[in-house]
Amino acid sequence: MPVVLEHLGKRFGDGAPVLDDVNANIGRGEFVALLGASGCGKSTLLNIIAGLEAPTSGALEVPSDGAAFMFQDAALFPWLTARENIELALKLRGVGKAERRAKAQELLELVHLGAAGDKRPHELSGGMRQRVSLARSLAQDRQLLLMDEPFAALDAITRDLLHDELERIWKETGRTIVFVTHNVREAVRLGQRVLLLSSRPGRVVQEWAVTEEHRTDAGLAGQLTGVITARLREEIRRHAK
Amino acid sequence: MPSNPTPVVEEKPVAESVETGSAEPREHVHAALTRTSTGNEDLRELESGLDSLQSDTVRKHRIDWTRILLPIAALVVLVLIWQFYVSLGLKRRDQVPGPLDVLNQMGVLWGEGKVQESVWTSLQRGIVGFVISVAIATPVGLLLAQVAPLRRAFGPLISGLQVLPSVAWVPAAIIWFGLTDATVYFVVFMGAIPSIINGLISGVDQIPPQYRRVGTVLGASRLQMALQVILPAALPGYLGGLKQGWAFSWRSLMAAEIIAVGGTIGFGLGSLLDQGRQLSDMAVVMAAILLILAVGILIELLVFGPIEKRLLRRRGLLAGSTR
Ligand SMILES: Nc1ncnc2c1ncn2[C@@H]1O[C@H](COP(=O)(O)OP(=O)(O)OP(=O)(O)O)[C@@H](O)[C@H]1O
Ligand SMILES: [Mg+2]
Repeated sequence: MPVVLEHLGKRFGDGAPVLDDVNANIGRGEFVALLGASGCGKSTLLNIIAGLEAPTSGALEVPSDGAAFMFQDAALFPWLTARENIELALKLRGVGKAERRAKAQELLELVHLGAAGDKRPHELSGGMRQRVSLARSLAQDRQLLLMDEPFAALDAITRDLLHDELERIWKETGRTIVFVTHNVREAVRLGQRVLLLSSRPGRVVQEWAVTEEHRTDAGLAGQLTGVITARLREEIRRHAK
Repeated sequence: MPSNPTPVVEEKPVAESVETGSAEPREHVHAALTRTSTGNEDLRELESGLDSLQSDTVRKHRIDWTRILLPIAALVVLVLIWQFYVSLGLKRRDQVPGPLDVLNQMGVLWGEGKVQESVWTSLQRGIVGFVISVAIATPVGLLLAQVAPLRRAFGPLISGLQVLPSVAWVPAAIIWFGLTDATVYFVVFMGAIPSIINGLISGVDQIPPQYRRVGTVLGASRLQMALQVILPAALPGYLGGLKQGWAFSWRSLMAAEIIAVGGTIGFGLGSLLDQGRQLSDMAVVMAAILLILAVGILIELLVFGPIEKRLLRRRGLLAGSTR
């Protein structure tokens, strides 16, 4: 199991706990969608798995070589071109100079950006930037890939395309992916499993399996979306006065 | 507390549940819930269509003549005002010389080789002093910006040093080093180093925290983080510090040259200025001031201006500015 979370808890300072008793197992090669309302602690959980923050209680098991991370905004370095951004990830991983260039080009082609390598981030559209960012996280070459609402700021058509793209890349590279989102459709579209995180405190309250039939049958997928949405609304309603 | 918060939560998912109801499975339904493209080729085509629609076409850069003509016009206007004022004859001509007098004087000084000598001496010192200051201030600044206890300990002192006019060091330097080049360089260092350090620190402070997190996630070591992430990210602020550092070293240099004259100290622009004062020759004084100013402007136009513009353009920060 690449990721095991056991009774994980997190509080900031002495406020109310943001996460409380989070339990989850994520298998190798799995694509897990982590769903939750805004502010429920999804990013916090992902940061803990990535080792950017420490949990206040509980234990977790993650791959010893760490995880690749993709942020909500592309977070590319503006002083580097698309290619150089990817090459930097390779360099920090210890890949030799000669190999870097070829590998970066390969990754650019994987995200269909072979011709845009010499552009700077500000010259790219939001969708292209996210694809460069995806290529950079793949350049890290970690088995585990954590994604924090990477497509939230994109328009619908670009997002649909990137869903297809991400699914293709996941199948090609066999990565384990934890994909955080507050969008039920996105979770159903991408995840093999959808975990629902409650709000205040955040806890995994339910999970659904998404099968291959859901990928091609819009009716089936729609039904599941409806079920999950209802559960999420119930979760939100709990906090209404 | 808003008076009626719940309906907002209620309304939005309605649209989704409508879609849930129409459970009529069909082949190749292009809804966001299922695969939308029909294969790798289709995906590639759609994407390249979107890419070309969404990304900027690069605009070509032409020479912008207003950039050259406007400053020259401004200069001409100022000289004309100066000439007009002088021709009113309100002050004695030897106290307020006109543009032509100063130009003549400049010619005389050029003939004597004093312009060349003083500009060369000062410029050389300024540049050497500045380069050494950069070499000292950059690692110190990075260290202070990255190591919190050091920053707490020395930060106030460095800020304080920046406020202290570096001329204040001249008497001490003369006592320590006598009338030698060491005195001049010491004063330049005390002027330039604190302001470069401060520029670098404030540049580092303004880095979006996201960049550090990216660096951490990518597995950068402390040194790699400093050199590959922090330093380039802080470059705009650092460049501001360098510009100010240059200004400070140039000013300190002039102050040192005016005060410390003689000994083995060579003949710089400050020395020329001081000579003019001793001879009560206003034309020489004006000529020296204009030379000092001209060197400052030229360095800005030829060195810092282009570097800064290039830096900002490459990061897409130039749009909408009046540069
Ligand atoms: N560094 C911090 N200090 C204090 N509180 C924090 C900190 N980071 C997050 N929080 C709090 O923790 C809660 C969860 O934040 P988090 O960013 O994990 O939510 P999220 O589910 O990712 O939300 P979103 O969907 O808006 O991204 C929020 O209430 C937030 O205010
Ligand atoms: Mg978040």
